[in-house]
Amino acid sequence: MKPASFGYADPTTVEDALDVLAADEGAKVLAGGQSLLPLLSMRLAAPTTLVDINRVPGLDGITVSRDGVRVGALVRHVQLLHSAEAAAAQPLLGRATANVAHPAIRNRGTTVGSIAHADPSGEMTSVLALTDGSVTVATPGGRATIGWGDFFVGPLETSVHGPAVVLDAFFPALPERSGTAFAEISRRKGDYAVCGAGVVVTLDADRRVSSARAAYLSVGLVPEVHDLTDAVAGKPVDSADWAAAGELARGLVDPDGDLHASADYRRLLVATLTERTLATAAAEAARRTA
Amino acid sequence: MRSRAMSTVQTERAISVTVNGVPREATVPVRWLLSDALRNEFGLTGTHVGCEHGVCGSCTVLVDGEPTRSCLVLAVQVDGRQVTTVEGLSRPDHQGGQVLHPIQEAFRECHALQCGFCTPGFLTTIAAGLDARDASVEITEEEVDELVGGNLCRCTGYANIKKACRYAAAAMRESAIVATKAQDGGAR
Repeated sequence: MKPASFGYADPTTVEDALDVLAADEGAKVLAGGQSLLPLLSMRLAAPTTLVDINRVPGLDGITVSRDGVRVGALVRHVQLLHSAEAAAAQPLLGRATANVAHPAIRNRGTTVGSIAHADPSGEMTSVLALTDGSVTVATPGGRATIGWGDFFVGPLETSVHGPAVVLDAFFPALPERSGTAFAEISRRKGDYAVCGAGVVVTLDADRRVSSARAAYLSVGLVPEVHDLTDAVAGKPVDSADWAAAGELARGLVDPDGDLHASADYRRLLVATLTERTLATAAAEAARRTA
Repeated sequence: MRSRAMSTVQTERAISVTVNGVPREATVPVRWLLSDALRNEFGLTGTHVGCEHGVCGSCTVLVDGEPTRSCLVLAVQVDGRQVTTVEGLSRPDHQGGQVLHPIQEAFRECHALQCGFCTPGFLTTIAAGLDARDASVEITEEEVDELVGGNLCRCTGYANIKKACRYAAAAMRESAIVATKAQDGGAR
């Protein structure tokens, strides 16, 4: 349970980091390390070089604008959890981050790192998807913005290959007349979710449901967003049938079973969590529409 | 031709780190975890290594005051930082002895350990949590759950650990109230 041998470098610029990454095909970026180091210790990964970006300045900021929230590569979960500004622009950020592991992990782990890690049971991967967010990636060829749908390819796999550093993640702001909720079921609070759901409900000016969307954790191989509007479209917010939306979601997902939950149980959790979170999000949307 | 020098990739590196208030220097293999350096290089075996992949919390230490899994940080990454292990939680009593942190007293008082393997991780995590909160406010059950939620104990069933959290918080609250009164008295 010790990492295999590797080389270590801690560059102080993104360009230098890319140089070191380019010099070794087996190199990997180290940010918070809260997912990477367990993989190393369990010998599930054995990078030949670790490129520690913690000394690169300028990557630890949260920038909030009218458009949304940009989270730098070295922002720790705990920073995002306590950012009132970020929560005001996109409430899902704080709500989801509160479910990320335990305080000791949140002190060190990074939001962007967990997105680059592309774990379908990760909270922030599904929030990036649900908010229709994107990441900025630096490569020796320049910088590029990649939408979430093109970024996540499979479990622990992204579309970015070769030397690259994810510089930030951008989460668009919550539209007006909208509410959000996030909930998950785990065996122990802070553990990986057996199933989780984040939702956004948007109302029209007459307080009728115009959109209901959900993203799930630990349900698919990549984060998936499902549009559940059909089950509740045009219904007044106080009488919409959220259970029907839950049933719709149950039919749309195709989870696998594992040691902790069968596929059927996960589908049941999807239906239940969808109903609960949509009701909570709708109540918030109604308050914001009043 | 390369226009700038590339960072060197190393397999061993010299680090300087302040451990429990004492400046320490060592040359460590870069693959060493902080837990390896604390136990094998600095001889501080109070930090216990349970799962060694971040799940159990036994190896939790404070890095610059923040609870951190020492198995999820490389030793080279704490270069220039302050590390506090369970050995550093007590304070000198200015009479040549040591005073335990209130949570250490509380663990003894409330029988909050049995085999003791997980105890160092609980103590560092809870001590930092209690030190960071406003001691004059009564602690809530939710706060207690959050304090112990990231650590595994296979003996106690947690009841007495949570009792110790409340006991320590109450003791710290009493001290805070006494200190405030003394300050108010002194100001008159």
